[in-house]
Amino acid sequence: MTDSALTPGIVAGRLERENMIENFTDLHPPLDNHEALVAADRCYFCHDAPCITACPTSIDIPLFIRQIATGTPEAAARTILSQNILGGMCARVCPTETLCEEACVREAAEGAPVQIGRLQRYATDVLMARGVHPFARATPGGRRVAVVGAGPAGLACAHRLAMHGHDVTIFEARSKPGGLNEFGIAAYKSTDNFAAREVAWLLQIGGISVATGRRLGREVTLTELQQDHDAVFLGIGLGGVNALGLAGEDREGMRDAVDFIADLRQAEDLARLPVGRDVVVIGGGMTAVDAAVQAKLLGALNVTLVYRRGRDRMNASRFEQDLAASKGVRIVTNATPIAVHGNGAVREVEFEYSDDVLTATGQRFRLTADQVFKAIGQTLEGANLPALDGRKIAVTGPGRTSLPGVWAGGDCAAGGDDLTVTAVAEGRNAAEDIHATLIAEG
Amino acid sequence: MADLTTTFIGITSPNPFWLASAPPTDKEYNVRRAYEAGWGGVVWKTLGEAGPPVVNVNGPRYGAIWGADRRLLGLNNIELITDRPLDVNLAEMRRVKRDWPDRALIASLMVPVNEDAWREILHRVEDTGCDGVELNFGCPHGMSERGMGSAVGQVPEYVGQVAAWCKKHSTLPVIVKLTPNITDIRKPALAAKEGGADAVSLINTINSITSVDLDTFSPEPSIDGKGAHGGYCGPAVKPIALNMVAEIARDPATRGLPISGIGGVTTWRDAAEFMALGAGNVQVCTAAMTYGFKIVQEMISGLSQYMDDKGLTSVSHLVGRAVPNVVNWQDLNLNYIAKARISQDDCIKCGRCYAACEDTSHQAIAMSGDRVFTVKDDECVACNLCVNVCPVEGCITMERLQPGAVDPRTGAVVQPDYANWTTHPNNPGRCAAE
Repeated sequence: MTDSALTPGIVAGRLERENMIENFTDLHPPLDNHEALVAADRCYFCHDAPCITACPTSIDIPLFIRQIATGTPEAAARTILSQNILGGMCARVCPTETLCEEACVREAAEGAPVQIGRLQRYATDVLMARGVHPFARATPGGRRVAVVGAGPAGLACAHRLAMHGHDVTIFEARSKPGGLNEFGIAAYKSTDNFAAREVAWLLQIGGISVATGRRLGREVTLTELQQDHDAVFLGIGLGGVNALGLAGEDREGMRDAVDFIADLRQAEDLARLPVGRDVVVIGGGMTAVDAAVQAKLLGALNVTLVYRRGRDRMNASRFEQDLAASKGVRIVTNATPIAVHGNGAVREVEFEYSDDVLTATGQRFRLTADQVFKAIGQTLEGANLPALDGRKIAVTGPGRTSLPGVWAGGDCAAGGDDLTVTAVAEGRNAAEDIHATLIAEG
Repeated sequence: MADLTTTFIGITSPNPFWLASAPPTDKEYNVRRAYEAGWGGVVWKTLGEAGPPVVNVNGPRYGAIWGADRRLLGLNNIELITDRPLDVNLAEMRRVKRDWPDRALIASLMVPVNEDAWREILHRVEDTGCDGVELNFGCPHGMSERGMGSAVGQVPEYVGQVAAWCKKHSTLPVIVKLTPNITDIRKPALAAKEGGADAVSLINTINSITSVDLDTFSPEPSIDGKGAHGGYCGPAVKPIALNMVAEIARDPATRGLPISGIGGVTTWRDAAEFMALGAGNVQVCTAAMTYGFKIVQEMISGLSQYMDDKGLTSVSHLVGRAVPNVVNWQDLNLNYIAKARISQDDCIKCGRCYAACEDTSHQAIAMSGDRVFTVKDDECVACNLCVNVCPVEGCITMERLQPGAVDPRTGAVVQPDYANWTTHPNNPGRCAAE
């Protein structure tokens, strides 16, 4: 153990740079050619395959795996990308253990599914390494569509619209496109600047311009967009974060997990990124796990993830929970934060155990903390949006909102899981509906 | 452990597993190691005439096809007979036989079709102490272009003539190795028998091109951009070999002629099947070339266990047990009616049975919304395709409808008696009941 690992407070360089780089290499290394062929051979080419049904974007998985097995990974990639233009990223970040691979019949047969995610990555990597874009744009028809948000939903929508010959402008609040792919996913799931490379590759379709630094409601309004375009797609995600609602929440060392993850993803040198010695993460979703694991990988001595309900209610998959545990994250469940102690900076977080319906038990404990990441959910931000359904934009069918000519998809829209792959499906489906609507209007 | 001692045309070996004449048996070093591994016998790589030996190509000699996980299913080879001097081979054979007297050692021979050539080679191999000779009338590549190998095996008259010369000029048991590259395998087998051969061995390899390089457009294996057909062997040829063995075993004209079974024997089970169809022993090549000599240990333990389970005390008790059950199609019982049954406990819901039946057979499997697959008895003809495409062994089975039951497909009551095509009312040439 190095001295810097024990240094109290939030400091950088807790690990040697080489160790840190090693920690943040690919979680699932890419398959080489031999590994891909062996993995592909296990696919049974099922009829009406359960994996296809389980995929939110309905990729024809048996077909693409057969295409890999017969030595045509580029054709496999086309099969994937025709359904999911962000198939490369989804191959890296999809919780396949609860989607396609859970449905794989070989999971039922042997408890070992075909490695669909890694095969998808293999095929898409091969194609992207060639630098070719497999889709051509239809003859431009002079229709203009505004896409708000350059995350997975917006990018998928923009690409499909561009394919159909529409002129698309993406309005992105941040300084670069990618959304959660760029700012919100654990670094070890998207290495070598993949998110940015994938966006650049996607934009090769042509007909898409990206205007960064344009936040809806600040630099641009929905009304303006409606006036200047034939249709508008909102893929604005969830910009706000939920607060704990506790006194002391603004103490030094208290942070939103999404900000920590974004900083980490954008850091040029991880060895210069500070992290606490005793880190507490509050929440039970993927963001909480991503923050906790990465804090540990940066060299935090103690990382505790605390979730108010039981393990089975955590939104993070079992695989993610096990990943966290294997990296040394301690997971505490059925505990609700009730106080943040400290003098200026946080020193301890106090919790109270509760049962599964959140009834307090009176039993309390404190965790030492010099850094606390809040990951208890994100919220829709913005005014003058289409009608809401609960706390998200209400949609019907393929993303139609209460406003004519305005569609929505991804995390900001009601319904569907908050997954990259779901956002891609919703963006794609909205694009098809927008296209059909514009064609019908003549 | 059952005693696997086998006596084949008077040649005793500790088990019925011999290595076939082929690359693995080309020299003393290999053969000694094969015996050490447990092989009961070895047929030495084919010897040619004295004088300058044949030459082999210096590029690839083998091509292959593979199944899932690159498991080798079929091998093709263009290697010729031994390319080492005759004297060297004979000296090595003599030493090996001296040190391993309990193992079978057979000399495989191929010389031009003239009596002097055969007499000369026979005299020379007798001196090695080998237990018998095998006449290579099967090799389908290279040597056949020179009037030997399968060029002889495809002409029954030559087969019988050479067999007769060999019996005339040698006291050694004579095995005639047959080529499958012929329309009716019974013809050369009968010729061998009539020529006085003690046994036949089959099959030799099958004319084949394993693949084509789609960049160079050369057949594989490719020698400087060109390819010649080779001899195909390995698991893929086993069904062809089994049928040919059975045809000889059951034909009245050749019945009782000892057979050494060859063709894709890979496991003890394959060997047992050959023997059940009439082979007195088996010869193995591709399995050894794929996995090494050690595989014989599984063959020995597997066959022993099987014989113990069946209460068989001698390998000879297994030989030919299945032959009476090999019949002509017209003798099959048309009153035997079965239906497919899918075990829902074993089903992994891949749906391959459904796709196969719905697209290519009799539309006799139903698929529910939650992927439960069931057989429609009123459509099922018991074709067995679902069984064959199911990835889970034993998940789908064929169950017989008992006499008295109604076949939902035809509405007819299942009859208890045996009735075949020869007496079927639809047969215009049916035999009148007498």
